[in-house]
Amino acid sequence: MPPKIDPVTLAILKGRLEQIADEMDATLYRSAFNPIIAEARDACHGLYDATTGATLVQGANGLPIFVGAMAFAVKAVIEKVAVDGGLAEGDTFLFNDPYEGGTHLNDFRLVRPIFRNGALFCWIASVGHWLDIGGNVPGGYNPKATESFQEGVRIPPVKLIAAGKMNQDILDILAANSRVPTSNWGDLNGQLNALDLGERRFKALLDEYGDATVAAAFVAFSDRAEALMRAALRALPDGVYRFEDVLDNDGITDDLLTIALDLTIEGDSATLDFSRSSAAAQGPINISYSTAIAACYVALKHVFTGVPANAGCLRPIRFVVTDGSLLGARAPRPVAGYTETILRLIGVIFGALAAADPARATAAPFGTINALSLSGYRNDGSRWVMFSFFGGGLGGNPETDGLSHANNPISTATIPPIEILEAAYPVLFTQWALRPNSAGTGQHRGGLGAVYEIETLTDARMSLLGERGKVAPFGVAGGQAAALNRFTWTEQGQTHSPPMVSKITDVALSAGGRLRLETPGGGGWGDAAARDPVASARDQRLGYVA
Amino acid sequence: MSGASIVGVDVGGTFTDLFCFDADSLSFRIAKVPSNRGDEAVGFLDGLRQFGAIADLGAIVHGTTVGTNALLERKGAKVGLITTTGFRDVLEMRRRDRPHTWGLWGDFIPVVDRDMRLEVPERTLADGSIRTVVDLDAVRDAARTLLANGAQALAIVFINAYANSANERAALAAVAELWPTPHFACSSQILPEIREFERTSTTALNAYLQPVVGDYIGKLDDGLRDDGFTGRFHIVQSNGGVMSTGMARRLPVRTALSGPAAGVIAAAAIAREAGFPDVITGDLGGTSFDVSLVVGGATALAAQTVIDFGLVVRTPMIEIATIGAGGGSIASVDAGQLLQVGPESAGSRPGPACYGQGNPRPTLTDANVVLGRINAERPIGGKLARLDVEAARQAIATHVAAPLGIEVMAAAEAIVRVANARMAGAIRLVSIERGHDPTRFAAVPFGGGGALHAGALLREVGLKAALVPRYPGVTSALGCVIADIRHDQVQTVNLNLDGLDAAALDARMVDEARTALEIVQSAGLQVDRIDVIFELDMHYVGQTHTVSVHLPVTLGDGGTGVTEAIVRAAFEAAYQTSFSRLLPGVPARIVTLRTAAIGRRPRFDLALLAPQAGCTVAAAARGHRPVWFDGAWHETAIYARLELPVGAEIAGPAILEQPDATTVVEPGLSARVDRLGNIIIERQA
Repeated sequence: MPPKIDPVTLAILKGRLEQIADEMDATLYRSAFNPIIAEARDACHGLYDATTGATLVQGANGLPIFVGAMAFAVKAVIEKVAVDGGLAEGDTFLFNDPYEGGTHLNDFRLVRPIFRNGALFCWIASVGHWLDIGGNVPGGYNPKATESFQEGVRIPPVKLIAAGKMNQDILDILAANSRVPTSNWGDLNGQLNALDLGERRFKALLDEYGDATVAAAFVAFSDRAEALMRAALRALPDGVYRFEDVLDNDGITDDLLTIALDLTIEGDSATLDFSRSSAAAQGPINISYSTAIAACYVALKHVFTGVPANAGCLRPIRFVVTDGSLLGARAPRPVAGYTETILRLIGVIFGALAAADPARATAAPFGTINALSLSGYRNDGSRWVMFSFFGGGLGGNPETDGLSHANNPISTATIPPIEILEAAYPVLFTQWALRPNSAGTGQHRGGLGAVYEIETLTDARMSLLGERGKVAPFGVAGGQAAALNRFTWTEQGQTHSPPMVSKITDVALSAGGRLRLETPGGGGWGDAAARDPVASARDQRLGYVA
Repeated sequence: MSGASIVGVDVGGTFTDLFCFDADSLSFRIAKVPSNRGDEAVGFLDGLRQFGAIADLGAIVHGTTVGTNALLERKGAKVGLITTTGFRDVLEMRRRDRPHTWGLWGDFIPVVDRDMRLEVPERTLADGSIRTVVDLDAVRDAARTLLANGAQALAIVFINAYANSANERAALAAVAELWPTPHFACSSQILPEIREFERTSTTALNAYLQPVVGDYIGKLDDGLRDDGFTGRFHIVQSNGGVMSTGMARRLPVRTALSGPAAGVIAAAAIAREAGFPDVITGDLGGTSFDVSLVVGGATALAAQTVIDFGLVVRTPMIEIATIGAGGGSIASVDAGQLLQVGPESAGSRPGPACYGQGNPRPTLTDANVVLGRINAERPIGGKLARLDVEAARQAIATHVAAPLGIEVMAAAEAIVRVANARMAGAIRLVSIERGHDPTRFAAVPFGGGGALHAGALLREVGLKAALVPRYPGVTSALGCVIADIRHDQVQTVNLNLDGLDAAALDARMVDEARTALEIVQSAGLQVDRIDVIFELDMHYVGQTHTVSVHLPVTLGDGGTGVTEAIVRAAFEAAYQTSFSRLLPGVPARIVTLRTAAIGRRPRFDLALLAPQAGCTVAAAARGHRPVWFDGAWHETAIYARLELPVGAEIAGPAILEQPDATTVVEPGLSARVDRLGNIIIERQA
């Protein structure tokens, strides 16, 4: 049992440790080669418990969904070591296995032990989204995948670096399985830079404060997070709150899939039971258990913002997910479109919590990433691939209307400027605008979604992986639902829409053709009749509501 | 004062500080008068009159927060925006971000309402070709509609105008015929750089500030003229250089960090002169702690800053990192038993509990008062007669000591330690996190509160020393007097490095340099020389981030002499410094050309500020009082700081008091007075 730690040292160590994680994030953003890390910040770093892998310390900027998932990644390595043995100082493990603590194949984890005096003290880890790791579709978002093998190469936890020595064979295998090996190599080095830096900083901190004091601080942080989460749960009325929502389809069969939650609040603890959710899907919208728990964590952090991001906050919560189901998928179920499923899962938690306490409720965010890939050949014969995610509105809430044109709750990614896109690719944006009437009405309405209209200047092929084409983002506490996601394309005066509503694969578009994406706003909060008449008049005047 | 005198004026939230330097008699005077919030011109002119007749002054340089406050308080003008069909919502859509990583509440109201943003037919492509010529009738109609709807200023922003400004310029000319005020501009005049949101935001915020800053400068001009002033009047920019008032009226967005920039400039100059070229400046105010890094005597510039969520200003600014920890920061214990200091602040009104103005919660200042570090009988600034120690103690007992189950004195010390740790974090952010070794750096606290914590920061971060300027409270005003004249130009060029048309690049560089030079020359302040500096934003094709590449060329008679080889070598050196690994075989690209003309002002001899001969340590001694350090009361020597002689050495614990600042020398540290009158705090040998 580590010694009890004084409150001042605790407060100081909290800031110092978070700063180390922040600095690791910043190092990777700056040195990464691919824009999904550099601009969209699809990465995360932290320190993890030696025996359980539980999150000890987390930076302020880590990609929210990764923050929740990292503990499972470290646990996967711990289990591997338990079987193989032979853990040594200077080891670094690498893997992307979605079923063993990963999310989807593009997300590469590096996990390194921190040794002190010959014994394992804790783990330090990094995750980042690599651009391409093989599979049928560049970038990995293959809406037609029915097996993981069509999405890319899967690496279980392996020792990339053994006692300080890089295993070149693994690098060669990775390089041979990507369309962009240089980009991946650059990102891997960025992640190693981040780990090196974090290890150096953390060991200096241990030298300064003493191992026992830092270990005691870790215990105190977790206890504190647990206490804060219990206090938050205690403030909710006891009861069982049910909520469910759907996904349009899995891209293969046009049937709705259900995500259902039975939330039980009992004193200062809770159970999140997803047993009533759909069975595993044929198409790529499954998620593994670890991803499901990570998504729960993201939802809870967005609602209980004062609870720190470490493992202690999950202690009062029990999760029930059916093994092998949509939310507990096993290999080789395809998972590339995992973002859509976790967005719906997060919304379902918002919905159930809204039933428990409307005064703290947040209506549904727009709920789809709309991963659009456009590609073709320039006049000089060179190939171009433009890959983007798009924004929408956040939900109304007790304090404010929802934010218009925001990023998704699972990410903090910004969208590239259209001037950068037009300079880089033969595309012309003809519209980039807020989408009137796209938000759910309410006392506080949702934020507005957007309209993006793009003309391609060469022949092109396009794929889209989206959602919310059939059932719109819901309102809470009497607020109304937002508008549906809508995707169309026009050629020679003919307008088409996807047979799978929000998903298409590899459709041809001639030069001069146009595609149009209209994204949902957020749901509304509270009864629209109670909306401030001044705010309603403003909505009319500014054309938010036509 | 003679016509050779130059006055720096820094108008802050509470006080207006002035520094007057007479180049003939080599003498200076300082003054402090209350600011007049809402009508800052009154305090400004009152302050100047402290030095006698304003008509006798030679030049005035002003650091202003009028622009900053208008942005933060959303009190700018009603702005109209004319833009390309399909894109009127760029300003409101931002870069698809949200205010906080965690938590989804909060919304965004742009500075230009949606009904004040009108679209006109026009389209320029990324390669600069014009797909649709601008419809000037539509532009005129839009401008008239916006005027009818109350627009006081107008911004014209067309997509891809950075690549070809022809459509924007044509629209601007059409508007010029009918717009009733000088408050209109197009984006290629303000920021001809790729990225439509940042360019739109900067152009719109410039328009938002134009009437406000224009009126303010107009009022100052009128007041100065009424007092018979015939000299030069300049404004400090966020980049730390000064510009003419004419330029400030045209580009008020460049004053967003005017006041803080002047402080950093002076702190850097003082430290350089004192033999500390590498410093971290720290300005501790009521609600925030602003830190800035100075390496080799040079301040670091950031390309853009975010004033508030969604309010982006892209123009070179002295890089200042801010955390919410100041004298008014409130100390509290959260439900998880953790002691927090800030970011919530009692500000200057009601202020700390010891001010007795109605705030019952303890602040950092209250902790400093209870610990005896601040003299409750002689508060700095001179606004209050005395501070209420008992109220401070009570606030700490109730809100910190009781919940943590510790004694009041321990609680007060804990508040200071947690605040020190947060300030130390901000210093690490700008030093260690940027790859700089903190043991090479000295801290330079300025403003009223920084010197209270300088010693602790020295220990906490492992800095070499702390340097407290002789007059910490007027550092920004001094910065106005010594700041160089500067003008920055930016132009996106989008050129491939392989097979670079060096002659074309050279022609653009010469063009940009001549424009910048002319502006600096026409400022009319005396300069020793004018330097022209070229930088390129470059990257490997495919990357989105760029590295800043300083070109080792300048403007000569026959152009700049730039070649592909020079650019390549400079790029590779810059890239290697940032990321340690080059990417051979991947083509590189020049995105943006940045040109600065800097008029170097005559050197200001800081020895002028040094203590008079005849001072002695004994005469400066003001007795002792108990001060709490490291868990116990220490009988601590108190000195009148300004009366200490050059070379004086004082071992900690000691407190050095002066009207506008208190310097704490903690046990284990020692202070000495250098030849310029600065206090240097170091570890005891």
